[in-house]
Amino acid sequence: MSDDSQPSDVEAFSAEQVRHLASLARIGMTPQEVEEFRAELAGILSHIQALAAVETEGVPPTANGADLLNVQAEDAARAPLPVAAVLANAPQREADYFRVQAVLEQS
Amino acid sequence: MSAPDVDHWLTIADAARLLRSGEATSTQLTRAALERIRATDEQVRAFITVTEEEALEAAARADDLLRRGDAPDAPTGALTGVPIALKDVLMTEGVRTTAGSRMLDTLRPPYDATSVARLREAGAVSVGKTNMDEFAMGSSTEHSAWFPTANPWDVERVPGGSSGGSAAAAAAGQCVASLGSDTGGSIRQPAAFCGVVGLKPTYGRVSRYGLIAFASSLDQIGPFTRTVEDAALLLQAIAGPDPLDSTCSDEPAPDFSAQLGEGLDGLRIAAPREFFERSADGQGMDDGVAAAVERAIGLLAGAGASLDRGASLPSVGYSLPVYYVLAPSECSANLARYDGVKYGHAARGGESMWEDMETTRQQGFGREVKRRILLGAYALSAGYYDAYYLQAQKVRTLIRREFDAVFERADLIVAPTTPTVAFRQGEITDPYQMYLNDIYTIPANIAGLPAISLPCGFAEAGMPVGLQLIANRNEEALLLRAAHAFEQLGDWSSRHPELG
Repeated sequence: MSDDSQPSDVEAFSAEQVRHLASLARIGMTPQEVEEFRAELAGILSHIQALAAVETEGVPPTANGADLLNVQAEDAARAPLPVAAVLANAPQREADYFRVQAVLEQS
Repeated sequence: MSAPDVDHWLTIADAARLLRSGEATSTQLTRAALERIRATDEQVRAFITVTEEEALEAAARADDLLRRGDAPDAPTGALTGVPIALKDVLMTEGVRTTAGSRMLDTLRPPYDATSVARLREAGAVSVGKTNMDEFAMGSSTEHSAWFPTANPWDVERVPGGSSGGSAAAAAAGQCVASLGSDTGGSIRQPAAFCGVVGLKPTYGRVSRYGLIAFASSLDQIGPFTRTVEDAALLLQAIAGPDPLDSTCSDEPAPDFSAQLGEGLDGLRIAAPREFFERSADGQGMDDGVAAAVERAIGLLAGAGASLDRGASLPSVGYSLPVYYVLAPSECSANLARYDGVKYGHAARGGESMWEDMETTRQQGFGREVKRRILLGAYALSAGYYDAYYLQAQKVRTLIRREFDAVFERADLIVAPTTPTVAFRQGEITDPYQMYLNDIYTIPANIAGLPAISLPCGFAEAGMPVGLQLIANRNEEALLLRAAHAFEQLGDWSSRHPELG
């Protein structure tokens, strides 16, 4: 690797930051998990920080390993999956719908 | 020939000959594989799901095709009636597919992955779904939600990962060949650890449709086999354009076996020095691995290849940090779909739908998966995007360009597959130390290049060592030619572990 043997200037993760990331990712978390992830993420970031040292002025980003651009497909219909097959794995269903708790709250 | 007489180490090519000549039936080979699984899987634990009934039905269908002379032509037809195993990250219609995660404990997919459908059409017989690190995130198969898989060469050691089950199954003689997926080394690293051949094709060569996504710009499906010839045959059966995956190349698959037997004469092989140096923070190959790899390089040169040890990939040392920005970022987006609504684990009974969703993901995902989702969410969030995600994509460009430059003067690159042989279960607990396992394999994913790991010797405690060859995009036939020629220089591929 490069010269990042010193886990140096990574800002230490706060518990608040970890809770914020967890809420962005919609992952519930116990206070103990928050503490554990705080340490682990800071450790990993200290290594990733090495990227900052690379000179990339004027270098375009690469989004994928293939040289694909504007892939177009024939506008042809194809048979969809049968409704019964799709719903067969539903944790909760009602008729031909997936059932969840109400999303909208009463004002 | 009764089932117990079947050689556990048959190759695809052997099996195809026996099946075509009528010396064996698919039912016999399939029963033998199922018996081998029964006899050894208590130790190896390669399989999450063994599909005995479906396998015997498929074998009967294959026997029917072979009897009637209706089996597909070679090379695809080489798979007709051959028992194979599938990594549990590939969707199989009606057959439980978990991706090694509690989140998908009960999922029975409504359709097959394209690679699976193609194997079915070729008449291959799947004996089951193999264990893996959860959602393909890991290098030891210890991060499976179900159980760890053991290395058939020493059951105290890991088989590598994330496709550890597929590698171990092929190495233990539980199937003739298997499929895995490789995002940062998940085929090549376990192939090296288990002493089998593992091939990651060019990005876009094999359709990803029905491959449960981890990092979409890096994921690629590929074969585990006991010989290089078999890798060509299995790749042939699954490769080629697919309208269901817009990142799948529309270039038709060439004959991957066409150059086998052409030898090493005249091939220019570069050994970029960064793969062989000890880095500033002390990372590098163990002595035993380095000795085996150096011997292998000597053999390549002795057999007619010209060797360039002055080649350089100056930015390749940044591959690991690039990967640990890009892969978690892509995974945090891909794994957003697991919300407990349409399929999979679902918590219910919270105050709101949002609370149910948070509980679903808290319970359904394991530690490593959560860590990577959080890391990805961080790298993509406002204020950090330019510094991490965009910068990683730019460094990715630099790494690609450097590979392009090396391939202007070389046909192939040679490198180690892993820094060490298979380590002991529980030996590596620090996440970043675990990530370092993939230090030599990640660059090919970042640049979208085809790469193969094949056995090249044995080191510490008699554990196998892998040699990695990397080719330019779409040059699998050349890659397989060189790997096949190297394979003929030793007997590493014909040695097998002894199991109970």
